[in-house]
Amino acid sequence: MTGTLTISAARPRPAGLVARLIRRPSAVVGLALLGLVAGAGLAAPVLYPGDPLDMIGAPLQWPGMDPAFPLGTDMLGRDIAAGITHGARISLMIGAVATLVALVIGVGIGAGAGYYGGRVEAALMRLTELFQTIPPFLFTLAIVAVLQPSIPTIVLAIGLTGWPGLARLVRAEVLRLRDGELVQASIVIGASDARIIGLHILPNVLAPVVVSASILVANAILTESSLAFLGLGDPNVVSWGGMVGAGREVIRTDWFVAAAPGLAIVAAVLALNLLGDGLNDALDLKRALR
Amino acid sequence: MRMPAGGSAAIRRLAQMVSVVVGIAVVNFFLLHLAPGDAAQVLAGEAGSATPEYIAALRAQFGLDQPLGVQFAKYLAKVLTLDLGFSVRQGLPVAQLILDRLGPTLLLMGASLGFAVLAGGALGFVAARHAGRPLDTAISALALLFYATPVFWIGVMLIVVFSVWLDWLPVGGMAEIGTGRTGLAHLGDVLRHLVLPALTLALYYLAIYTRLTRAAMLEAYGQDYVRTAVAKGVRPRRIAYRHVLRNALLPVVTQLGLQLGAILGGAVLVETVFAWPGLGRLAFEALFQRDLNLLLGILLCSSVVVVLANLAVDLLYAVLDPRTARA
Amino acid sequence: MSAETRTGAPVLEVDDLRISFRERAAERAAVHGLGFSVEAGETLAIVGESGCGKSLTAFALLGLLPGNARASGRVRLEGRDILGLEGEAMRRLRGTRIAMIFQEPMTALNPVLTIGAQIVEAIREHEAVSAADARTRTLSLLARVRIPDPERRFGEYPHRLSGGMRQRVVIAMALACAPAVLVADEPTTALDVTVQAEILDLIDDLRRETGMAVVLITHDLGLVAEHADRVLVMYAGRAVEAGSAAALFAAPRHPYTRALVAARPRPGSALRQRLVEIPGQVPPPGAMPPGCAFAPRCPAAEAPCRETPPPLPSVGTAAERVACLRWKDLRAPDQSPVRLGA
Repeated sequence: MTGTLTISAARPRPAGLVARLIRRPSAVVGLALLGLVAGAGLAAPVLYPGDPLDMIGAPLQWPGMDPAFPLGTDMLGRDIAAGITHGARISLMIGAVATLVALVIGVGIGAGAGYYGGRVEAALMRLTELFQTIPPFLFTLAIVAVLQPSIPTIVLAIGLTGWPGLARLVRAEVLRLRDGELVQASIVIGASDARIIGLHILPNVLAPVVVSASILVANAILTESSLAFLGLGDPNVVSWGGMVGAGREVIRTDWFVAAAPGLAIVAAVLALNLLGDGLNDALDLKRALR
Repeated sequence: MRMPAGGSAAIRRLAQMVSVVVGIAVVNFFLLHLAPGDAAQVLAGEAGSATPEYIAALRAQFGLDQPLGVQFAKYLAKVLTLDLGFSVRQGLPVAQLILDRLGPTLLLMGASLGFAVLAGGALGFVAARHAGRPLDTAISALALLFYATPVFWIGVMLIVVFSVWLDWLPVGGMAEIGTGRTGLAHLGDVLRHLVLPALTLALYYLAIYTRLTRAAMLEAYGQDYVRTAVAKGVRPRRIAYRHVLRNALLPVVTQLGLQLGAILGGAVLVETVFAWPGLGRLAFEALFQRDLNLLLGILLCSSVVVVLANLAVDLLYAVLDPRTARA
Repeated sequence: MSAETRTGAPVLEVDDLRISFRERAAERAAVHGLGFSVEAGETLAIVGESGCGKSLTAFALLGLLPGNARASGRVRLEGRDILGLEGEAMRRLRGTRIAMIFQEPMTALNPVLTIGAQIVEAIREHEAVSAADARTRTLSLLARVRIPDPERRFGEYPHRLSGGMRQRVVIAMALACAPAVLVADEPTTALDVTVQAEILDLIDDLRRETGMAVVLITHDLGLVAEHADRVLVMYAGRAVEAGSAAALFAAPRHPYTRALVAARPRPGSALRQRLVEIPGQVPPPGAMPPGCAFAPRCPAAEAPCRETPPPLPSVGTAAERVACLRWKDLRAPDQSPVRLGA
């Protein structure tokens, strides 16, 4: 311990953040809706202990016909309410883990490019540009198709195609910080790159990354449901998108089979976007990843 | 005067296209070798459904019996000459299949993007002029709702309402089969079939452009030149469209380029829902038949379409922003 | 300097102007009861450090204050109270009777419109003239602000012009409808020293030609000596001294003005330094001291100075005013220059 140079990164205080967050109507609605979806997912094994893919009733019962099936049954006699609650678990889980994969890649590449600059940056940004040019959904589709659909391959595929926007955002933030006083002072006192990135740069990049993450989870849920709709979901678990895809066969007569799970997707994605917007305002960011 | 900027953009985009093609070739190559089992088997689809001759042909085509480096060089050489191989399932060369389906996809994309940009721009414009007031809140809420709604579900629900209940519009396809319509009658028929898929694909992007235009307008309203215009007594309406909107269009156009890849992905879903005979539908068929060579060919071609579309966006930007015409 | 065009009747009279900001639930006053007047053909300089409220005052004159700001008092333009006018009524006055030029010529022009189109717009938003006539007028305006080759410049975009040229375009735009009052908010701060002089000379010449009144907002006393007839010195949202430019420079009365004059670069020195050489800072609107706002930085301050804000009485002629309890005790600055903050 030599010298008295103290460097402290300015971070939004968590308590203040929560206070600011609950003043935003959009954030409150988002949190409530997300709580509802997550609650449904958590309660699923208690409310519907069986496999939601099992046939347990007469097929195609309309909502309200049988109190045991409040949202009705599909053409194979599966309980739609059970499917939606279990689907919430799967959707949120895949969304969260895929986002984690995208965060690791995106933050890593963005921070590396922004901090090291020069050739490293040029190469990493070329890679990012390539990934931005390949239509992301088609890319995800190809990966899952080649590797065979299962939860791990779906997570990997969504994560692998979801990071470029985040990498650009992180790079821009890091570039800004790198030339700032804080980091320059750390370089002067001889701190290691890893220490500077970990201690001074990443914590300050956190705010936009958090906002982006909630949007990324929303996008991942949309992508997962789209894959499942096309028949590229994990065949062993229930998925909202798969339910809509199955319900499509009977829309002429029993449209509710496709309608109900779609509303669940809207609720989850809307919740996360509202939360992202609310966080964006509360953290006073100009514009995060879109 | 504008040509230098356009010319350099074209050269830059062409260089990007080559690097993208090489990059995707690498990605495809990786994917094929990552897949469980023999690459020829993966390419051919599930084992057993492909004839030994076909497997042998694939092996020869990709040089799968040679070292990896040679394999890659061969694959790359083929891709760079746009030789995408042959689809046994469809009985046609992959390039031919893709070219046949490109038109309907471009029609669908053009129609929905055009609608999304115009309607989204108009909504964002109105929202920005009423920022913070009820109309703005309503438009923003609607945009957020569209943004959160999965494309395929919108498609299915629009079919329920407009085709099943109201019976106004066809359920799918691009034209009535066997009517032998020509000329204007055929055009009208195609347009009738286009409405629902284009609207479905457009709503998500409409949401994006509404939000983008609104944000860009609000940003532009804070600029010094707007204050100058107010100070010289320009009417508020005129300020909104001549000073603010003109400048707000620039970031919107930039985003347009970034969204093109995503909209091609959306086309897969929409074309599947509405049986629209485009690239996306072809991708779905390839997926369904496990015709991976075709699927990877589509991936490559749609990336090239994205690069070309980005070139068009660059040129459009040069027209909109006089500063890029410098040099 | 410009006696031939003065009429004696003020075209702009400001009385008891107050500007405050609403922040959260609190009101914060930024300008406290400012008063001044300008005659046709005359230049009044409003001088002070950044944050003293001089730019806010300028914006208030044209009704350009931000949404969370509120102004009260009276602003009479050619005899008519225009403070609080809104919408179409205010728009009709902007550019025609009162016009403004800004600090940042680099950003004041719309980057996607040609300069010709922007000046034509200034004309046609107020007068029903044909496009061809507006073009002719624009070309002569460009010539009047001494832009070489107006025909060619007409079709060019702002990014092709230097800062000085852009400021000339902004001036041409402001003069398009022959306003009675031109408000110039630090018009040369962003420009090179040589260009500064050209722009201010241009404004002087145009003022003489048209007989318009000029309100020159600046922090640069050097400019004031050369280009203003009268001066109003502001400190922390209040007028502290007013008078003719000649008298103010010869015998500044308020300790703050004395410090400004003392800190002013000598004529001939190319370097014009900013005024922040006076130690200490202008108190922010939320932390105004109860007495004279300058007291914390004033070497001559005594107990009464810290109790109530001093009034602004006339001293000498009616137009000479000073808001200092002790100015009489601080005579003869040349013999014993006040050393502020020492």
